[in-house]
Amino acid sequence: MVRRTETRAEALRLRGVFEAAGAQSVEMDILQPAEVLLDLYGEDIRGRAYVTSDALRGEQMLRPDFTVPVVQMHMDEGAEPARYTYAGEVFRQQEDAPNRANQYLQVGFEVFDRANSAAADAEVFSLIRKALGNLPLRAATGDIGLLMSAVAGLKTTDNRKAALMRHIWRPRRFRWLLDRFSGRLEVPETRAALLSADDPHLSGGPMIGLRSKSEIDARIDALREDAAVSLISDAEIDLIEALLSVRESLPVALERLRDIAVDMPAIEPAVERLALRVDALELRGEGVADLDFEASYGRTSMEYYDGFVFGFYDQNRADLPPVATGGRYDALTKVLGKGDAIPAVGGVIRPELLLGLERGEA
Amino acid sequence: MSIKLGIPSKGRLMEKTFDWFGGRGITMSRTGSDREYAGDVEGVDGVQLVLLSAGEIPRELAAGRIHLGVTGQDLIREKLANWPARVEELAELGFGQADLVIGVPAAWVDVDTLDDLDAASAAFRSAHGFRLRIATKYHRLIRDYLREHGVADYQLVDSQGATEGTVKNLTAEAIADITSTGETLRANHLKILKEEPVLRSQATLFRSRVTQVDEAEQFALETLKTKLGV
Repeated sequence: MVRRTETRAEALRLRGVFEAAGAQSVEMDILQPAEVLLDLYGEDIRGRAYVTSDALRGEQMLRPDFTVPVVQMHMDEGAEPARYTYAGEVFRQQEDAPNRANQYLQVGFEVFDRANSAAADAEVFSLIRKALGNLPLRAATGDIGLLMSAVAGLKTTDNRKAALMRHIWRPRRFRWLLDRFSGRLEVPETRAALLSADDPHLSGGPMIGLRSKSEIDARIDALREDAAVSLISDAEIDLIEALLSVRESLPVALERLRDIAVDMPAIEPAVERLALRVDALELRGEGVADLDFEASYGRTSMEYYDGFVFGFYDQNRADLPPVATGGRYDALTKVLGKGDAIPAVGGVIRPELLLGLERGEA
Repeated sequence: MSIKLGIPSKGRLMEKTFDWFGGRGITMSRTGSDREYAGDVEGVDGVQLVLLSAGEIPRELAAGRIHLGVTGQDLIREKLANWPARVEELAELGFGQADLVIGVPAAWVDVDTLDDLDAASAAFRSAHGFRLRIATKYHRLIRDYLREHGVADYQLVDSQGATEGTVKNLTAEAIADITSTGETLRANHLKILKEEPVLRSQATLFRSRVTQVDEAEQFALETLKTKLGV
């Protein structure tokens, strides 16, 4: 059993490691305005975070992570480039995993730097790896940017691309949309009936609620347009499948992705960014041949990541959450930056897990 | 001590529960005045009746304050996280059937599936600047369901009653509620999505997994279960 005082001491030690690497130590409020998080994550966050409220400030959340407040702080007042570190509790409901902690310490390192994204990716990864010491952890890496650029390059309408992009982090609906747009799923009967009706409103009822008739008509028009568009070809779908199924050591994965990029030039820039990252990791002395790369890694649980993603796991303990995770979240800075944006990458370590695994007591 | 059996304290649910047990040789009755929540059990020893609001029975089972309880599956699943670890379903009682469904205005001729709802939510958010509101009291069930199916850009607003009226009153754009015939929805110009219901629920006899029982209570429990054929 790791005592809380020991966990806190370990957290401060890790924060010291990041400070020594040039990060400025920052503190964040435990209570965060719920609205920002709800706007970002939608209703799902209510199932994961603790929500409380008072009559004056309305809904507040016990911070489920540091990234959002750190980004807000940086976008409001930060100078560039910036490196931040923090150590503190985060709070997560664990309804489906009652044995997992619902409050635990996180130590983080975040880099806001326009100069060289590949170098910043490698810096965060390498620093976290070193901070984890000699534990034999498996490192998994991925890159959400590959799938995003593949979607952006599809030979189809902007509406379809936007629909797919909106669900990059919801693999099930993403798959469903892809199947619909490629004709692998039949058009639902209700939609076929709607599109063939002379007056679609005939089957409806009186207009009630805020959603107006013109909004309904706009969607019917969009559906009609969409029905007239040709299907996404099997060849393109196969390429997406091939991309998502890449799961190799990093150098082999890079070769696979270059092969796929021959037929899918839209992903070339993302593949080249990955190549630069591999170089930057090697420059930092990381053994890239031992690093796993999974193209679909990080699509379910890391919603704001839109580029490089990584996690460190104990291979013999699939029951435990990752000891450390991180990734690039350029788009998040744009959403929170009120018109401003800056490339950003960061990661967090869970000191209690780290200590527990080191002692064989996790 | 005796086995505590929680039964809905009012209305048709109570009467139907009494009938169901009566049909298996166990006679239950309210005692005292009409307003007093006390009851009697005949036909089995060591079982004590506890009359409760159906909505409180999940909590009492999970806390182990009652050993058995009759309530809706909807309430168990909504109110108890990780419910299979906390209660056991002994028998579905064949009444109190209701589906948890999502309802939208019948005028939304473009919305019949979850895919439609998701797309309409995205468009609604960009047109109105806030996420499409779904009024319900089944927050957990609906949130889990919509997450599972990858629906985004909605929000749940709490509605503990008259939920079908919220759309007309402009406090929500859609609703999620329990219905047996769909009549209330139709009367309020709403239609049910053409998907499988979020949940098909009926009155069910549950056993608490957290109560400790002594030998006498165990005997009473087994006798009762044998008699009920569960």
